[in-house]
Amino acid sequence: MKTLLSTRRLVKRFGGVHAVDHVDLSLEGGKITALIGPNGSGKTTLINVVTGMLAIDGGDIVIDSVRLQRIRPSDVASYGITRTFQNLRLIQQMSVLDNILLVLTERNIWGALFEQHTKFHLATAEEILKKVGLWEKRNENAESLSYGQRKLLEIARAVSMEARIYFFDEPFAGLFPEMVRIVSGIIRELRASGAAVVLVEHDMLLVRELADYCYVLDSGKVIAEGTPEHVLKQQNVVEAYLGK
Amino acid sequence: MEYLIHIAVLACIYGILGISLNLVMGETGLISVTHAAFYGLGAYAVAFLLVGFGINFFLATLAGMILASGVAFAIGVVFLRLKEVYYVLGTVGSNVILFSVLLNWNSVTRGPLGIGGIPRPEIFGFRFSENEAFLLLVLAAVAITYAISVLITRSSFGRVLNAIREDEDVVSVFGYSVYHYKLVIFTIGAAFAALAGAFLASYLTYISPFSFTVVESIFILSIVVLGGLGSGRGALIAAGILVITPEALRFVGFTPDIAAQMRQVLYGLILILLMLYRPQGLLGRFRI
Ligand SMILES: Nc1ncnc2c1ncn2[C@@H]1O[C@H](COP(=O)(O)OP(=O)(O)OP(=O)(O)O)[C@@H](O)[C@H]1O
Ligand SMILES: [Mg+2]
Repeated sequence: MKTLLSTRRLVKRFGGVHAVDHVDLSLEGGKITALIGPNGSGKTTLINVVTGMLAIDGGDIVIDSVRLQRIRPSDVASYGITRTFQNLRLIQQMSVLDNILLVLTERNIWGALFEQHTKFHLATAEEILKKVGLWEKRNENAESLSYGQRKLLEIARAVSMEARIYFFDEPFAGLFPEMVRIVSGIIRELRASGAAVVLVEHDMLLVRELADYCYVLDSGKVIAEGTPEHVLKQQNVVEAYLGK
Repeated sequence: MEYLIHIAVLACIYGILGISLNLVMGETGLISVTHAAFYGLGAYAVAFLLVGFGINFFLATLAGMILASGVAFAIGVVFLRLKEVYYVLGTVGSNVILFSVLLNWNSVTRGPLGIGGIPRPEIFGFRFSENEAFLLLVLAAVAITYAISVLITRSSFGRVLNAIREDEDVVSVFGYSVYHYKLVIFTIGAAFAALAGAFLASYLTYISPFSFTVVESIFILSIVVLGGLGSGRGALIAAGILVITPEALRFVGFTPDIAAQMRQVLYGLILILLMLYRPQGLLGRFRI
């Protein structure tokens, strides 16, 4: 399969902390790539850099063979990249439905000014919200949902983007088993559709079950990569998680 | 009766100001303390063009709206990229600067003397000189402003504004150029403030810079807070309440100058009480 996005010697520093330390990553379409590593190893920071929310301090990002040393957040969507947030960033005082419609409608300002959402938008939103079981709640504000439901809404919002590259930052954390099944189903569907899916996950059973390839980060560095079976056996990976 | 019509006209003018500032502040979360200056630009454009050149009120109003939009655009370009605090201070500074322009550019604004003898609107030979007729005209302006504000808030554009008020970083990651959305709504808001100013100038037939100070901007801001963020209807009702209450003070026996001072106290009190007990205002859709 084709490489949709790669990073080369990517660096992000916070003062003296090398949160992302010369990371080379390669994401292929039709594959689920797991990004694992202990707390504070730089997984979220890496996603923030690739999605333009943090400036790049070194190295570059290659998308469709184009080398970028700077990504503006508002351009991320046009590269076909989307994401969820580990700490949930929905529009709280907005209905569930509007949270989805927000990402479906016109981006051009003048277009948006003279557009109200159409039947087509509504049908798309209905399909996605039904998939995550939130259609009945469509008129409630996002803030009134339970934690798990908000998490599903975040995932539904990302899926609505019909992107080519998805970053899911701990999508399963805190979910009940039936919700975990819904989310893993969605992630598999995205893979089947040819998208590149990045999965940050602490549960190694889920990583083994879903991931085709796996990068292990520790203190911002990639300490191992390969298939999950291969990587999770490695001594340095076990040590990174358990301490020496 | 004449007096009631007077109050109604003022309430309508402040209604337009409230609805337009709600688009900026209520829907988008951009606190703006420049609204009175845009209001003033509309008023002065009409005064200058009608008194100096005998241009038709409606054309002059349009010119005032374009002028205010242009100035708002420039202010927006400078300040809308900044962090919120700096942006807000920028809007305060802008109002101060525009006020001093009105106060000191004597050849155009006649400085502190103000401009008098502003005629009432006229169209196809009909002049709105009676206050009743003027009220109908300003009511039509309120209706148009309200309708446009509803269209904006129901549009896809309006949904993006509401999202920006909560989390602009997220909005931009999902593909929107947040800065441009802010710039457009800031500019539209200023145009409608100028519309209100045009009506004020032609209604009072006299204007001076002192109607367009930072304090006036804060008054308009308190209309939006009382009405509730994200509610055009709330802004209209709040404009009515805030125009009527000080008048009511006069009726319960305060002398006019004490009533005028009570007015300031009253507005302050309303804002404080709202923050303490009802931060969402009368009809607000959003919390601050
Ligand atoms: N905005 C920031 N400012 C300063 N330091 C930060 C910032 N964000 C992250 N860091 C630091 O960068 C390092 C990597 O953090 P990051 O959140 O990327 O880890 P993570 O792998 O996502 O961890 P977790 O599994 O807990 O989510 C940590 O040392 C963290 O303290
Ligand atoms: Mg993280």
